[in-house]
Amino acid sequence: MLDVNGLQKIYGGGEREVEAVRDLTFRLEEGELSCLVGPSGCGKTTLLKCVAGLLRPTAGSVSLAGHAISGPPRDMAVVFQEYGRSLFSWLTVRGNVELPLKEKKLGKGRRDSLVNEALQAVGLADSAESYPWQLSGGMQQRVAIARAIAYEPRVLLMDEPFAAVDAQTRADLEDLIRGLWKRFAMTVLFITHDIDEAVYLGQRVLVLSSSPTVVQDDIAVDLPDERDQLSTRSDQRFTALRSLVYTEIQNAKNGPAAPSPAAP
Amino acid sequence: MTTSPTGAAPPSAAPVDKGERRRSGTRSRPLPGGRSLLGAIGAGCFLLIWEIVPRAGVVSPQYLPPASEVLATLGERLLVPGFWVAVGDTVAGWGLGLAISFVAAVVLGFLVGSVPVLRRFTSSTVEFLRPIPSVALIPLAILMYGTDIQSTLLLVVYASFWQIYIQVLYGVADVDPVAEQTAKSYGLGRLARIRYVVWPSALPYVLTGLRLGAAVALILAVTAQLTIGSPGLGQEISVAQSGGATTLVYALIVATGALGVIVNVGVRMLERRVLHWHTSVRSETAQ
Amino acid sequence: MTMANTVARAARRGGVRVAEILLLPVVLIALWWGYSVVSASYYTATPGEIATTFGEVWFSERFMVDVVPSVGLLLAGFALAAVLGTTLGVVLGLSPNTRATVEPVLEFFRAIPPPVLVPLLMLLIGVNTPMKVAVIVSGCVWPVLLNTIEGVRGVDPVLADTCRCYGVRGRRWLTTLVLRSASPQIMAGLRQALAIAIILMVISEMFATTSGLGFSIVQFQRSFAIPEMWSGIVLLGLLGVTLSIMFAWVERRVLRWYHGVRAAARDE
Repeated sequence: MLDVNGLQKIYGGGEREVEAVRDLTFRLEEGELSCLVGPSGCGKTTLLKCVAGLLRPTAGSVSLAGHAISGPPRDMAVVFQEYGRSLFSWLTVRGNVELPLKEKKLGKGRRDSLVNEALQAVGLADSAESYPWQLSGGMQQRVAIARAIAYEPRVLLMDEPFAAVDAQTRADLEDLIRGLWKRFAMTVLFITHDIDEAVYLGQRVLVLSSSPTVVQDDIAVDLPDERDQLSTRSDQRFTALRSLVYTEIQNAKNGPAAPSPAAP
Repeated sequence: MTTSPTGAAPPSAAPVDKGERRRSGTRSRPLPGGRSLLGAIGAGCFLLIWEIVPRAGVVSPQYLPPASEVLATLGERLLVPGFWVAVGDTVAGWGLGLAISFVAAVVLGFLVGSVPVLRRFTSSTVEFLRPIPSVALIPLAILMYGTDIQSTLLLVVYASFWQIYIQVLYGVADVDPVAEQTAKSYGLGRLARIRYVVWPSALPYVLTGLRLGAAVALILAVTAQLTIGSPGLGQEISVAQSGGATTLVYALIVATGALGVIVNVGVRMLERRVLHWHTSVRSETAQ
Repeated sequence: MTMANTVARAARRGGVRVAEILLLPVVLIALWWGYSVVSASYYTATPGEIATTFGEVWFSERFMVDVVPSVGLLLAGFALAAVLGTTLGVVLGLSPNTRATVEPVLEFFRAIPPPVLVPLLMLLIGVNTPMKVAVIVSGCVWPVLLNTIEGVRGVDPVLADTCRCYGVRGRRWLTTLVLRSASPQIMAGLRQALAIAIILMVISEMFATTSGLGFSIVQFQRSFAIPEMWSGIVLLGLLGVTLSIMFAWVERRVLRWYHGVRAAARDE
């Protein structure tokens, strides 16, 4: 479904270039929910931007259903970490969710039903006419999620979407994502720096090394499909997986990180 | 060059690009110091067009004398003492008027801003007086002061006072209440609180007011000289215009523009210096 | 009982509010009145005289001959400058290289005090309506232009990325992303431009025309028609205040979201 092949990204030029991502290769199957974890500053956001078609990779390729990505593809939606900055403050919640659909040239009736369904799904049906700045942080992120869902994407990218919300809200949003993923049958790539979150959410956890980044490990999460905050998190298997991911990340941090060959 | 349409920089690339002073021959990044080079090219092109258009006859040189002639006329003027007297008059009207309104606005602004009762009882009057265009006072100025410098001062002070005063009020209102209460609990008197709490946090606003006020003051100083005929660059322009000396009109306009640039750059430099001090003090005490 | 108390308190609060608004203006007018009666200065007129004269002078055919054309001129020049400044500002704000190229020239033009353009444009265009509009446009366009550039440069990169991801482009990108993001700065520029427009309208008429608000007021002053002159000053003041109120009304609507965002940020 989504193929990332030998992806490399170098910023800057001349003598002071920075290699953010070195050589990334992985593949997401149709309908899979995968989480990407890595130490902070390991180029997760760079990777996401390359996958989303917002940045052109220096080398390697990203392809979606066999087609190479050169710009933002039509059937991909992105939820950013900075929810407050990714919503239009001058549009209502409904306006925000509807905007991409207008650009898709959908009819009024179709737009309305998509918007209503998406808002219903994230539990914001009552706030459709509010403005984003009238809502709490968690609710604002729900708006961004509703906008992504209403877009009917085949692939949903999420860049640390819950990094800036409080713990309780975060747990609710995690369950929301699992629910939406099942209901709308999307391929989801979820980027986070939180190990617990990655294991709790994903069918699979990809561990990235520190910069310059490669895929350190690819761990299948063999937890039952039905998960909930209490029992899943106290499950022994959950604890074991979490330790495994944690160890891998420590290895990634302390491991023999080769000096960047780009620097002379 | 693939620049995103909004000019959004890639996330971690920005510091690399900015920090880079030397140019490497291998990659075509924007030139270091490229902005000022482009600016120089732009200014050069502008002068070139200004030179060619009248010479090629696109516009009659009677209406638009070529740049070289205008600059030559300006150069001649620079040698005439009368020109510098006019500049001096304009600067005096501007500077004196700005100083008066600055002192008045800061004193009144701090007084009214820190006494809520005063603030409430004066706000309607301020809201009414502030939008009155100062040019409305021109006939009054003529009657009262003729072509004396007081005429200029009346207009300059009225126009720039409100700019500064309003900013001072914003600044005083923006003082962190926690800092204010802390100062109170340590037994600082009203004057000490103004000196150590209110003044530093209102300072950025005061300087914004000064920047806006300085620009408006120059506009009104020149306006007074143009319309009332009090001595200065404005009056020189109006004399040159009624004598049909087009080239001289252009030359004098360039001179007032240069004066304007000096005022803008000067105030911005002052602002940067004072606020630099301000932020460094803040980061020392607050963090 | 408590009800009556509440009502009484509300009435008292309302009374205080009215006093806050009216007390100082009433005191000032009374002082002026007293001064103009006592001083017997030739140049002052009592508020009563001014009010009477105001009605006589301006509620006559003068209103159609002098006031309406002047205000029309002002609004036409302002509107043209707004359209021109915003359009150019968006273009320059979106292309960093063009902006760097023209920046020094723009800085220079902005620094020229707009009134000096009156004599120049009189030479170039002559004394007529297009000249006055040209004066207003050439003075007002700079604050709009420079503020628009700042606003367009300040478009949030995350929001811009969001638009790219969801394929928002073309007209909708321009209106929903660029112009709305820049609207607080654009409005600030328009507010500065409005003040300059009034100044330029008045002095372009004072300089050399035979009708209009600025002309009439200077005419009264030259013929020592003191109460008439004062009534003209009052009229200009009222014009300034009215335009400012109208502008604030528009701004509150256009920037409702902006004030909301700021209030929300303050509460945190």
